Amino acid sequence: MENTIAALYLPIAVLFGIAVFFALLLPILSVSLGPRRPTARKLTAYESGMAPIGRAQRRFPVKFYRIAVLFILFDIDIIFLFPYAVAMRKLGLFGLWSMLIFVAIFILGDIWVWKKGVLEWE
Amino acid sequence: MFAAPTLNLWVITPLIILTVWAIILMFIDLFIPAGKKQWTGWLTLVGLIPALALTLMQWGQTGGAFIAEGGQPMVVVDNFATFLNTLYLLTGILAVFISVSYIRDAGLERGEYYFLMLFSIVGMMLMGMANDLILIFLALELLSIPLYILSGFDTGSDTSEESALKYFLLGAFSSAFFLFGIALTYGATGTTSLPVILDTISLDDPLALAALGMLLVGFAFKVGAVPFHMWTPDVYEGAPTSVVAFMSIGAKVAGFAALMRVLGQGFPMWGELWQPAIVVISALTMIVGNFAAVRQQNIKRMLAYSGIANAGYILIGVAASATDPEAISASLYYMLAYLFTNIGAFAVVIAVEKLDGQKGLLVEDYKGLAKRHLLLSLALAYFMFSLVGIPLTGGFTAKFYVFGAGVTAGLYWLVVIGAITSVVSAFYYLRPVLYAFMYEGPAVARVSRGLMFVLVVAVFATLVFGIFPGPWYELASQATFGNVATFVAGG
Repeated sequence: MENTIAALYLPIAVLFGIAVFFALLLPILSVSLGPRRPTARKLTAYESGMAPIGRAQRRFPVKFYRIAVLFILFDIDIIFLFPYAVAMRKLGLFGLWSMLIFVAIFILGDIWVWKKGVLEWE
Repeated sequence: MFAAPTLNLWVITPLIILTVWAIILMFIDLFIPAGKKQWTGWLTLVGLIPALALTLMQWGQTGGAFIAEGGQPMVVVDNFATFLNTLYLLTGILAVFISVSYIRDAGLERGEYYFLMLFSIVGMMLMGMANDLILIFLALELLSIPLYILSGFDTGSDTSEESALKYFLLGAFSSAFFLFGIALTYGATGTTSLPVILDTISLDDPLALAALGMLLVGFAFKVGAVPFHMWTPDVYEGAPTSVVAFMSIGAKVAGFAALMRVLGQGFPMWGELWQPAIVVISALTMIVGNFAAVRQQNIKRMLAYSGIANAGYILIGVAASATDPEAISASLYYMLAYLFTNIGAFAVVIAVEKLDGQKGLLVEDYKGLAKRHLLLSLALAYFMFSLVGIPLTGGFTAKFYVFGAGVTAGLYWLVVIGAITSVVSAFYYLRPVLYAFMYEGPAVARVSRGLMFVLVVAVFATLVFGIFPGPWYELASQATFGNVATFVAGG
């Protein structure tokens, strides 16, 4: 019994059970035992102590969003380039060609984005 | 020291062609003035047709690409993959013919539409060719992300945006399930390569069982099987109809491709374990899909539930393959016949749809169609007969083979459910036909030349599959998985 995988996972199952138990117990205790004296101020949305201003759905210029999306692409580029830089000599010509193709495709994408006018900041 | 893997690039030449052409097309599109974007559409065929020709030349060949030293290939080509790749490329070509006039008339004419479609097709092809769970995941994302964008392509319309957001959120959700399944598989076996999983998995490992369950959930989301089908009607209703025609076939077939390969090549010895799960999902999918479709007034929602129901029929073949690997060919044939019938049905929907504000999509809008457009109505009737499964149509022979596979595998009650729900399906499939022929009404349609081509091809193909199914089923039955040894050796 003690060597089967099911037994190895028993502590996790116990922990899971305890987590579920407390997750249910604490809200129930809080609702049933806690006093409820609502005031207008208590019922407003909590915004880090600030007085709430306006609605939750606000309009914002979409150009920030476009730049943020482009940033993710550069991020991914970097994520691949750094490990490659470390292991460059080991990977040899094969690694070099792989990275060149990857970067070439990435740069083509950049040129396309540029041509499309995404980088214009009116 | 690092040894470069064996590349065997010939295996993925169709994929390379499509990818390179899609990138070139991105730049060509920059120089095509607005209003002439149909040229981007027609130029898509310059990539799709050579890719199709090369794929057809790969029929009968087996090989693997990207083989690390002493390891298994990441990508394989065998008849199974080639058969499905042909389906995606045919879908893509027909979808171009459907799309060009549709997106112009709907005022959505932007070149991105076409090369996103090409990228999505690359993802679909990779789904059936991937021999490694990580690569299946990448293919899944490559196929899905363009589809998320395409379903929200009608940026002016709220329903289209709703459709894209729902598809994106639920797609991400299902990807998470799938990824969790991969992680657990890796935990249980120490590998993500399908042939190695087969070698190392132990039959009494609860971790591997949980992994298989998670993978099944991920795939069930993608193919739209009950109880993971809820996104389908909303997404289909809101997305541009030409996109729906494309993804209702492509994405579904790709989901099945990966499902079949994972079950058939990663976990085949667990047949008696996953068969009951697939049987239950299949039964539920047929029942819920067909009964929910009865209540739909919007034809796109109706076809969405029809797509769910058809996923159930395809799953009969998958379930049967647990005991009899030959049964997979029934499902493959079903998808081949379903491709043409479904794209034909969507072509009719596009012809009747009025593009100013989502009108002409209700079943009632087909009233009196036969008075003015007799041939179009006959085509509609033929596709609907095929979807019901009436003899002399591709839909009939497809159901015949799938039910036959179910009976051979001893899944009698599943086949009975399939037969009963097919009868139910007649009710909703025949309603637009009834309205078109029996009622007076103002229905009008516009059939562009592209649509005409698709309609003719679809009617012809459905007729051929209905009358001479033999040779095509023979092809499907040759579309088996390659032997693992031949991937590495090449052959």
